[in-house]
Amino acid sequence: MSKYDKIELARWVVKKGKQAGADDISVDVIKDRSISVDFRDGKMEELKESSQNYLSLSVYADHRYTSHTTCDLNKDSLEKFISEAVAMTGYLNEDPYRSLPDPKYYKIRNDIDLGIHDDHYYDVTSEQRVKIARDLEAATSALSDKIVTCNASYSDSRAEFVKINSNGFEGERQSTYFGVGVETTVKDVHGGRPGDYDYIGSRFFKDISSLERLGRTAFKRAMQKIGQKKIESGVYDMIVENRALTTMLAGIRYPLTGSYLYRKNSCFENKLGEKIASGKLTIIDDPYLKAGFSSQLYDNDGMATKKRALFEKGVLKSYLIDWYYSRKLNMEPTTGSESNITFALGSRSPEEMIRDVKQGIFVTQFVGGNSNSLTGDFSYGIVGLYVKDGEIVHPVNEMNISGNIMEIWKNLAEVGNDPYQYSSIMRPSMYFKDVHFSGI
Amino acid sequence: MSSMTRRSFLKTSAQGLAVAAVPVIFKANPLAALSSPLLNPDSAAEYYEHFEVSEEIIRKVMASALNKGGDYCDMFFEHTISNTILLEDDRVDRAYSNVDYGVGIRVVENDQIGYSFTEELNPAAMGDAARTAANIANQSRSIPPAALDFRKAADFYPIETLWEDVGIKDKIPILRKLNERVWSRDKRIINARVYFVDTSTYKMIVRSDGVVGCDYQPMITIYVLCTAEDKGKREQNNFSMSVRRGIDHLTSENLNPIADEAVRQTVLLFDAVNLEGGEMEVVLAAGESGILLHEAIGHGMEADFNRKEESIFSDKIGKKVAENFVSIVDDGTYPGARGTLNLDDECNSTRKTYLVKDGILLSYMHDAISARHYKVEPTGNGRRQSFRYPPIPRMRNTYMMPGPHTKEEIISSVKKGLYAESFTNGEVLIGPGDFTFYLSSGYLIENGKITRPVKDVNLIGNGPDVLTRVVMVADDLKLSEGGGTCGKGGQGVPVSMGLPTVKVSSITVGGRS
Repeated sequence: MSKYDKIELARWVVKKGKQAGADDISVDVIKDRSISVDFRDGKMEELKESSQNYLSLSVYADHRYTSHTTCDLNKDSLEKFISEAVAMTGYLNEDPYRSLPDPKYYKIRNDIDLGIHDDHYYDVTSEQRVKIARDLEAATSALSDKIVTCNASYSDSRAEFVKINSNGFEGERQSTYFGVGVETTVKDVHGGRPGDYDYIGSRFFKDISSLERLGRTAFKRAMQKIGQKKIESGVYDMIVENRALTTMLAGIRYPLTGSYLYRKNSCFENKLGEKIASGKLTIIDDPYLKAGFSSQLYDNDGMATKKRALFEKGVLKSYLIDWYYSRKLNMEPTTGSESNITFALGSRSPEEMIRDVKQGIFVTQFVGGNSNSLTGDFSYGIVGLYVKDGEIVHPVNEMNISGNIMEIWKNLAEVGNDPYQYSSIMRPSMYFKDVHFSGI
Repeated sequence: MSSMTRRSFLKTSAQGLAVAAVPVIFKANPLAALSSPLLNPDSAAEYYEHFEVSEEIIRKVMASALNKGGDYCDMFFEHTISNTILLEDDRVDRAYSNVDYGVGIRVVENDQIGYSFTEELNPAAMGDAARTAANIANQSRSIPPAALDFRKAADFYPIETLWEDVGIKDKIPILRKLNERVWSRDKRIINARVYFVDTSTYKMIVRSDGVVGCDYQPMITIYVLCTAEDKGKREQNNFSMSVRRGIDHLTSENLNPIADEAVRQTVLLFDAVNLEGGEMEVVLAAGESGILLHEAIGHGMEADFNRKEESIFSDKIGKKVAENFVSIVDDGTYPGARGTLNLDDECNSTRKTYLVKDGILLSYMHDAISARHYKVEPTGNGRRQSFRYPPIPRMRNTYMMPGPHTKEEIISSVKKGLYAESFTNGEVLIGPGDFTFYLSSGYLIENGKITRPVKDVNLIGNGPDVLTRVVMVADDLKLSEGGGTCGKGGQGVPVSMGLPTVKVSSITVGGRS
């Protein structure tokens, strides 16, 4: 199905929805092709390739709302699907806040090229895909006989999106994605089998290069875990490696959303403009980042995206409010679907920051745990390295950190210069003072 | 479409709008509705019709899948209809539905897998997917698929009315009743949400060794979230029920505890105290605490991690891993439970599999590939999220068998410790065996008595270590009706877990120092 076929299909769905009695319709049509190749211990372990279609339909009828998805795009099936969707909507209670966005929010920056599609996607051959995974697995396995098992994988995908809101919005985009990762497991004489991985991803195939270093990093990180032990409970410094930081960031993301605010479940209620974190924390939602993994000109509602600060020098600057909750909460909408999350960076690497630590833990991985969006209380398991007088002493595991969002972010002492490149959340490593660790 | 057949209705209808359509077509004769031909059939005929395929088409597609020399292939047909209704602010004003329909084709060459799927069940599209999956193999030999032989499924979740035959009109009063009960239980409640999610899944699995089987898998999940406020302080919590049952299960007796527990577990948090973190004795309450088993031993006993030598349990089969009174099972046959399956997703019968029996590590959980590798019978643990994924070894309902102690004995034996009652999530690192689970609420135990509530702490331990520290097991086994969704390799599957009251002599508990 070409881009034009999808737009035509979406327009047809809008027409049929209105004929069935809807006042307004929102339609998303998505087509996605994905391929992955996995090698383990010298053999291709798995080869996956598929294309899929997906249609999502929101019905606004008589101040009522329902939403539906299907993968069956046959027009006979769809016609019945649509008429039933509209009919079902009639059984619900009215919701005066439900509507499509005000068209004044539809002014998309079409002058910006996001650079999220590799026009050479179809030039990539099966042989190239297989070779990348095979070579990386072979190179990594050859590094050491301490490796018990090694898995290397290559994947790519291409997706096409079309969105229509019946009150005057039409948007479309295409994107590609390429990723390569390797995972190694090594044996610890004490019985454990620690493992670790390394990974790169890009919107462009040409960036999938110099892969041998991935294997070296994965192996080094796995070896670094041999001899892990916990230390005594106490209040220590903590540096969180960029890779691991997403866990803690999720704890401050959910309480920003309209849904959490509305159901009185957010520790950030009535805190707009207040200082939540230390002045080191600046978080920017940047939809226009070239080749970003979440770059987008319009959001899930169809509203034009904007670059905006969520936190600026520790001050809460913006909630994440989609169109529906903007009406329910009587607030100006921002977005319900963030783009690339970027940070104000510091000047030093985590290795340099470690030198300042008198006693603390360099956290390389969080294991489980959770954060209470309402009270801000959190507790997470950690894996990392024990640091004393600026030197790494031994690997650490089986410990928890606990605290409250409103405290720990105020204890952010320094931000690293190392934004993580392979995610839409481009977080640097961060240094926190006075964190409660529980261990022995 | 010229006429409305059951097949076309099922294929296209998402919304449980059966209120309008069903009485005319299916319920003219009330008996007909009670005996859908798709429930526990004696042949695959109805499912062939449902998926608009024939044995001839299937055998042709499988021949394409094996034409590069793969030694086995299977086709996994799935049709899932899922409906969600949400009540908030006393209004049922949101509903979502999803229809998923397609076939996954897997080709196996030794332990290598080629996989593809299609959402179009016509011979051309299925043939393309088969040829794509075939590429895992690269030989000139070609094995024709065997003649098909029907394998009748077990009947662990009998149901009278299919979920898609239940209209939204019949569901709304249930949400209203739950909502009223939440608000009436405690005047401190300031927000309540009730979710009602019903799912019907039709599966048909056809294998090149000639086995074909079918199953209808119902699921109902009810989820209550509430927020309460007392003297300017707010707390939130939730409670859920998720089982393979029909609407007849939703009696007041079964529904009221969902609202009651959601409220109780929310308002008790007003009295919660901060816990001093560190290693301590932990008593796990019967039921949900089975998450300990899921993380501490369950994942590490999935055979694929062991076949690949990634698991800390890789060299421990036959060894003593716990006290004699500790037996742990993964049970695919528990009637009506969230993780129960009449057939697994590779068309193998499910069973009650002992992972640990009388303290000895007994068996991994297998899919067909790992069973062949270890030269054992498959244990019925081959599962997948949907037709878009190949099957891998997964848990079903994991629980510990009752032991020789009593709950009272266990609690009175603890001088200072934690009574862990409700949980939100857990995780395990397969290789080192470190696992965690997050406590949303529990109590302190002081001098042998349950005292003040505690909340929001993470528990972390090492799987094999913690098994050796299970020092008391009570006789009050309870399977959690809340269940959970287990994630592995990017695939989520429904599971449940259970535990009698258990004492662990030491786990590291989060908290302030």
